[in-house]
Amino acid sequence: MASPGDATLDTSHVGKNKVPARYWLELQKEGKDEAEVGKDAEPSRKRLRRKEKKKEKMKEKKTQKAKKMKQEDTLVKQTISGKSDPFPGPAPISQDRVRKFKRKTKTKRSGSVGNKLRDVISRSEEASEMAQKQSARFDLLLPEDAGFLEGDEDEDTCTISQEDIADAVDITSGAKYFNLKLSQFGPYRVDYSKTGRHLLLGGRRGHVACVDWQSKQLMCEINVMESVNDVKWLHSEAMYAVAQKKWLYIYDTNGIELHCIRKFNDVLRMQFLPYHFLLATASATSFLQYLDVSVGKEVAAICTKTGRLDVMCQNPHNAIVHLGHHNGTVTLWSPNQKEALVKMLCHQGGVRSIAVDKTGTYMVTSGMDKKLKVFDIRTFKPLNSYFLPAGSSCLSLSQKGLLSAATGDVVQVYRDVWSTTVTKPYMAHRVRGTVWGLHFCPFEDVLGVGHGDGFTSMLVPGAGEPNFDGLDANPYRSAKQRQEWEVKALLEKIQPELISLDPHELGQVDNAAFEQRHQDRVQALGFDPLAKAKFIPKYKKKGRSSAGSVERRKKQVAHEDQRDVIRETMEDKMKIEEERRQREKKAAVLSGQKSALDRFKK
Amino acid sequence: MAKVSSKKKLSKTKAKKSSEVAGDSAVKKTEVVYDEEEEEDKEDFNENVTSEEEEEDGEDERRRQKLLEAISALGGKRKKTLGERSEAAVQLSEFSVNAEGEGDKINLSDLIGSMDKTPQVSAKTRKQLKTLQQSNRTVESPLSKQETERIQRDVAFQKAASEQLVFPLNQEAPGPKPMERVVTGWKARTPLEEEIFALLSANKQPIHDPILTPQEEVSMKAMSLEEAKIRRAELQKARALQSYYEAKTRRERKIKSKKYHRVQNKAKRKDFVKQFEEMVKSDPAAALEELHKMELARMQERMSLKHQNSGKWAKSKAIMAKYDEGARKAMQQQLEVNKDLTQKLVTAVNDEEEEEEEEDEGGDPEVLPDFVNDAEQGVDSSNPWMRGKLSEDPAEKETSEIVDLTAEEESADVEEEEEEEVKETEEEALLREFDSRRKRRQALIPVISLDDDEEEESKTAAEEEEESKTAVEEKEESKEEEESKVAAVEEEEEEEEEEGETLMRIRTLEDTEELLMQEESAADEAPVPPPAAENPPPASQPAGTNKKRKRGIELKQVLTKATKVIQVPLAHTVEDAEDSDDNQEQRGLIREAFAGDDVVSDFLKEKRKQEAAGKPQVVDLTLPGWGEWGGTGLKLSRRKRKKFRMKAAPPPPRKDVSLPGVIISEKRNRSITLHQVNTLPFPFETHTQFESTIRTPLGRTWNTERTVKKISKPKVVTRMGAIIEPMAREELMKDRNQATVADRNSLKQQTTCKLKDELNGALALKLMSGHEMQTD
Repeated sequence: MASPGDATLDTSHVGKNKVPARYWLELQKEGKDEAEVGKDAEPSRKRLRRKEKKKEKMKEKKTQKAKKMKQEDTLVKQTISGKSDPFPGPAPISQDRVRKFKRKTKTKRSGSVGNKLRDVISRSEEASEMAQKQSARFDLLLPEDAGFLEGDEDEDTCTISQEDIADAVDITSGAKYFNLKLSQFGPYRVDYSKTGRHLLLGGRRGHVACVDWQSKQLMCEINVMESVNDVKWLHSEAMYAVAQKKWLYIYDTNGIELHCIRKFNDVLRMQFLPYHFLLATASATSFLQYLDVSVGKEVAAICTKTGRLDVMCQNPHNAIVHLGHHNGTVTLWSPNQKEALVKMLCHQGGVRSIAVDKTGTYMVTSGMDKKLKVFDIRTFKPLNSYFLPAGSSCLSLSQKGLLSAATGDVVQVYRDVWSTTVTKPYMAHRVRGTVWGLHFCPFEDVLGVGHGDGFTSMLVPGAGEPNFDGLDANPYRSAKQRQEWEVKALLEKIQPELISLDPHELGQVDNAAFEQRHQDRVQALGFDPLAKAKFIPKYKKKGRSSAGSVERRKKQVAHEDQRDVIRETMEDKMKIEEERRQREKKAAVLSGQKSALDRFKK
Repeated sequence: MAKVSSKKKLSKTKAKKSSEVAGDSAVKKTEVVYDEEEEEDKEDFNENVTSEEEEEDGEDERRRQKLLEAISALGGKRKKTLGERSEAAVQLSEFSVNAEGEGDKINLSDLIGSMDKTPQVSAKTRKQLKTLQQSNRTVESPLSKQETERIQRDVAFQKAASEQLVFPLNQEAPGPKPMERVVTGWKARTPLEEEIFALLSANKQPIHDPILTPQEEVSMKAMSLEEAKIRRAELQKARALQSYYEAKTRRERKIKSKKYHRVQNKAKRKDFVKQFEEMVKSDPAAALEELHKMELARMQERMSLKHQNSGKWAKSKAIMAKYDEGARKAMQQQLEVNKDLTQKLVTAVNDEEEEEEEEDEGGDPEVLPDFVNDAEQGVDSSNPWMRGKLSEDPAEKETSEIVDLTAEEESADVEEEEEEEVKETEEEALLREFDSRRKRRQALIPVISLDDDEEEESKTAAEEEEESKTAVEEKEESKEEEESKVAAVEEEEEEEEEEGETLMRIRTLEDTEELLMQEESAADEAPVPPPAAENPPPASQPAGTNKKRKRGIELKQVLTKATKVIQVPLAHTVEDAEDSDDNQEQRGLIREAFAGDDVVSDFLKEKRKQEAAGKPQVVDLTLPGWGEWGGTGLKLSRRKRKKFRMKAAPPPPRKDVSLPGVIISEKRNRSITLHQVNTLPFPFETHTQFESTIRTPLGRTWNTERTVKKISKPKVVTRMGAIIEPMAREELMKDRNQATVADRNSLKQQTTCKLKDELNGALALKLMSGHEMQTD
């Protein structure tokens, strides 16, 4: 949303709220306090100092070098207009911005490497440095900052009501707070499309509706006449999946049933992996299934053997699916492995809800033990643990890292759950019925709450990412653009085999032993391609294929390869021996011989 | 003394040269002791005198020396006395040179000591030499030829491998080159070229500076921009009208209505008859021609099966004729037409001709059938072959052509009149107007050029004048002829040509403008911006990240970690209200609720199971009863247990060793290994090197456009259709030579021993290569 009203707030949780560095400002500063040598020397200042040093040197020597330098200076100054460039060279980039785009660390250059290797490495380093710098430079084009809610003195932000916020902000933003009273078809599950333009509502008692929520236009509304467990948008706003009482259905925006997928039964929860075009479903029969929606094929079906699966979430960073279980564990799954990649014990009671943040660093879980826990899922270590008096049934994390937790009919939003210990919520709001579904709207400061009495769209300042990538998820795209995007996205689809816990694994060299790789190959092919055919003696007539002769013939070819090796080594040995003998002989002959010219020797 | 001093100078320069060539190694190697200069001078003087005396029999001297040497060699033991160099002759015997004073050191002062006394040496070099003398640094000996060559090859290869190569090499900048540059840089050398040049100059063709011929220049002058615009507009209009006319006729031709065509034809016929009548009065010759044409048409009609009542229409009418009056009439009509056609036509003109023929031949007309005459008459105008005249003289042809032309023009005039009557004439008239105008212009242009030519010729020699004049005139005549011919036959093509001409002219103007612009831009670009300063490497990471938490986390700690209680302002109402009790009570409640299933112990059990499964198992190779007593309940001996139970090496520690609450699967991810690189590519030596080179993504999603272009730049670029010659050695060395010059310059500034560097090329080369290594 990032409306001007919100922008006035200056507290930050990401550290991006600083005034962007301008290189001319730095230059001016330098001009003022040139004499000072501060500790926080900027790169430009360093350069300046270097220049000073140079000057000293010049004074000392007064050699040709000095002249040359002067010449250079004059060269620099020469422009068409005759004026010197006040900002020579490329604009400096701030360090933290460059660091933001750093990709792994540069390797230290080992001592002696060949010319070619040195060349290859230096070129790649150059390219990556350029990429990093350019990206940092172009970061300038992301001007929007997320705003925040700030109360007066002695005022908790959580006591500010939604109505007040809606009144305070501009009309368009204010219109984003609204309630839909849908008491008839029970608690609602909610899902926003990837661009954040479209809202999908799934009522427990069969009511499914999709809405262009910003213009409040109803796209379709149907009653599937069955209980609805979950609803999910697929890759675009043209299709959505509905997990109904028995099967999984796919509808289009006109409410027309496109598919009924009988392979996916008793689905309770769904997750869509947008870059893989995979719909992951968790069923009551403890099956985790993956459906490739681009080709309509089941990619994997994993029996988790952990009972009813009604807690599910995905890690947007590496497309790993997290499942919560009644015994307090959270398991991590990929479609490539039949067993859980990781199993974590998180709660003493059953797990009620999980959420993973956008960067794939933190996982927030809530359990039956009324606790809310924060884990670092890179190291699988717990960071924070909170006790909520009533526990929380639903969790959701926004793009900017706000956590919303629903306890009964109260929705609370927390800020900085992992970096600091929170004592009170950032915002709170009471809805009419028990909360059933929570979802932050991408690229908007809006939290959608599905509850027993319908749907509430809540304003949460600072929730959404203010800068969107127009080529990835453009909230303002037209139908044509969507089609184009769809084609491109399909072309860039990531294969499900590439899902792994560490997404950088693909860029690493597989240093498994040859045996290991061979074993993999054998498993993949179903036979051993390197195996030698077994020798079967030919059947001969007239009693010559008796058991004894067959055995003899077998013996003739047995260990043939081994024998070859032995023969070769023996031949080599013989040759070497022969050579040695020859040499010795020659030496003996030479030592015994006398040259004709020896008589002239003194 | 003057002579001597000059000689000394000579020797000095020689020494200098030698040191230049061989570097300071020469200083080490040839060590000759020179005493004080004066003594040396004296010696030199003496030598000089002696040499003058003995110059004549140098040959004999040499032979004698040889003999002496041979004799002394026979002696064996006798040490060879070191002779002195006794002369400074032009032809020095190679045998008289000896290495006197071998083993003694030579100093720089010995070489340049006399410098102070010679006034010719400039103060600058003197100063430099002094500094050189003071610095006691010895310069290393130059590298051997092989080594230097190897270095050069290395550098060249790197250069070839690293950058983008664009084939064909040494491509000139694309785009049009200024004509001046192409033309002026070239001179006629071979006799053929000279001859051609002579021809060109004779014909007033431009050779050097003026690119355009005088004619072209004149024509450029002749046509101003406005005129050109007007003309272009005219041409455009003409073309448009033509296309409209074409479209119209096409449309009319496509009309299928028979009635329309009938009416049209009737009207045409009427018109034609009218015209013919008029023509008979005004122009009998043309009328005759027309008559012939009509005759031909009639003949064609007669030969065809038209009007025979055999067509589709006629057949259908025949069926209807029984009942339909109109149909019968129509059939009758057609039959009449047929009769008319098949009847022999006896016109006045024909009669006349017949009569003439009869007179010529003098034979009776009854013998010959009619159609023979007809055919001859019909063909005679159009088909020359039938006339029996196979070949004609060119002159005759011309005349005949001229006649034809005139006739055609006349006929065209007639047609004009006709068409004026016919109504559609407006457009055609316009077209014709344009045509005629163009003809006039064509007639004009050569006249102007002729004038100009004459002017120019007046400046040149008189002989040439006449020749060229005649030549030009001839040319023009022929041109006019051609033009008139072409104009008569092809209209469109010429228009196009002319258009092309005008366009060409405009382009040349633009070209010159562009050239000017380019020059200006070149002047602008001259001050090259300074190279981008390299940004300093990123600062070290914050210290906090380096800290490691070594202590493992206890399971119990994980689950009973101090929890923060969050005060919620809005107490929820839906669920039971007792939840707002104090913490202790709640914990108790939870414990009660989950008393049955001990979550933690279950988890630990599972983990232990996993660990056990991951451990390699002991392979038992013992054979029961082998070498021992067999039977149930017997223990294996320790020796056997030790020998035949294979213990595998312990596996690497599990990833979750320090994480009690976590089980991490140790299974290998087989699906991703298929996509991973499993053998290290060629130049890389370690995995980290390779991984770091592929750490930056290449795609447009992650990079800016410029970066993507740079990263995905092809290594070799070839132009389609261009022949790629093998790379010459000079190609590789070229940039290097430039680099050497630049580097040497930098070295001059950097090192104080500048002179030494200058003297020693080889050394500079080596230093440079070292320098390059450093910079790399």
